[in-house]
Amino acid sequence: MTAGRDAAPVLSVRGLIKRFGTTTVLDGVDLDVARGEVLVVIGASGSGKTTLLRCVNALVPYDAGSITLEGTEIGYTAPNSGVRRGDRALARLRADIGMVFQMFNLFPHLTARQNVALGLRVTRGMPRREAEARAEHWLARVGLADKMDNLPSALSGGQQQRVGIARAVAMEPKLLLLDEITSALDPELVGEVLDVVRGLARDGMTMLMVTHEMGFARDAGHRVVFMDAGRIAEEGPPREVLGHPRSERLRRFLRRIELRTE
Amino acid sequence: MIDAMIYALPFLWDGFLITLAVSGIVVAASLALGLVFGVILAFGPVWIGLPIRVFADTVRAIPLIVLIFTVYYGLPALQVPLSPFWAAVAALAAFKTGHVIEIVRGAITSIHPGQMEAAKSIGLTFLERLVYVVFPQAVRCFLPPWINSVTDSVKGSALVSLVGVVDLMMAIQQVIGRTYQPMPLYILGAMIYIAVNAALSVASRRLEARFAATVAT
Ligand SMILES: Nc1ncnc2c1ncn2[C@@H]1O[C@H](COP(=O)(O)OP(=O)(O)OP(=O)(O)O)[C@@H](O)[C@H]1O
Ligand SMILES: [Mg+2]
Repeated sequence: MTAGRDAAPVLSVRGLIKRFGTTTVLDGVDLDVARGEVLVVIGASGSGKTTLLRCVNALVPYDAGSITLEGTEIGYTAPNSGVRRGDRALARLRADIGMVFQMFNLFPHLTARQNVALGLRVTRGMPRREAEARAEHWLARVGLADKMDNLPSALSGGQQQRVGIARAVAMEPKLLLLDEITSALDPELVGEVLDVVRGLARDGMTMLMVTHEMGFARDAGHRVVFMDAGRIAEEGPPREVLGHPRSERLRRFLRRIELRTE
Repeated sequence: MIDAMIYALPFLWDGFLITLAVSGIVVAASLALGLVFGVILAFGPVWIGLPIRVFADTVRAIPLIVLIFTVYYGLPALQVPLSPFWAAVAALAAFKTGHVIEIVRGAITSIHPGQMEAAKSIGLTFLERLVYVVFPQAVRCFLPPWINSVTDSVKGSALVSLVGVVDLMMAIQQVIGRTYQPMPLYILGAMIYIAVNAALSVASRRLEARFAATVAT
């Protein structure tokens, strides 16, 4: 599946090590995401999936290794330099990486339109009218043309999460990170959110996505990695990884997931 | 009784202005300093947060009178020349700053950490995160205790009379010294303080209502 995409990866993670105190949460992760690729990350609770995404978005410092976005080192001035980039440089880099959160994290004091327009106005420096027009375009894309003026508190979970997606993609990021974006939703709302993600995938958005939705991983994912205890334990096309798991741990994990989704 | 009050009023005017000036300066200075140090306490590293924490706790643990006399006698002894007025204002402002620091820190930490992360993820810098995401939400938590502390400042300003500043309180006592009629004067004084704080209450209730309306959760 990866064939045909241009050679240089959008995201490149090498030897990533992250510790919380004495526990090693990421234990040498190597990972590439090609342009236009949808890379699905699966793994048991506590295996380090969220931590991986948070490192990639420079939300947390890490202990060793390198993370580059189109060749630019993200959190630090150079690989393993230990010198964290300044606030402004981090902000600029983060502007090119979208993130959609498990708990939505919409700004409760802003309407749907303002939520999406904020980054465009402040980070991208667009005039208000242009930013709001762009926000409206994306809100319409995620099916919320009639909810632009709603505050998050006046939206359903599925609608809130679609605003969250619009907020992230309106910035036209080079990479979109999605962390279990449907796991806080009622089952009947999962579909509407995943459909939006499918649409983005069709349009060529590069995505690194943590999810427990195996059906989605199988039909929308280009590649699946299975994380276990802070390492990538298995990796390959969805059909192979999910259909023919090599390790006992992955087999057990997949059985548990299947039981959960009746 | 009423006659005594009406007789006293003109003598109280200058003192009243001093009381307003003291309260105003203290409120403004403590708001500015408290905001800065409260934000540093909430987000800064421990080594810089610790002295702020110590300052806020110390200043709030000392009786205000003791603080005022410490500054009044202490700073001149350290070769810092300070008029009684500014010594008293500095002491009151330090005391209030301790409170505002605590209120600001509390209001900021009441906001879910996910808000800061979402703000980071759309590329906002630290100051932009404060201005567009944190403060607009924190203001609801901040206002009620802060408004309380403003009324406290007005009442606390009466203590400046102890170091010889002729504020409303001192002016009242001066009039009593001439008329030997304490009751009408103290009642009049109480009424003036009540009037000022009632005006503040009304203004603050308006303010709170406005923020409650625009910043619905
Ligand atoms: N701020 C933190 N301080 C200490 N330990 C942490 C912190 N954040 C995460 N951890 C630990 O790191 C490990 C990995 O956590 P992480 O959230 O990345 O797992 P996950 O794979 O996303 O799990 P889940 O599927 O439950 O979301 C866990 O053991 C967790 O307890
Ligand atoms: Mg997680």
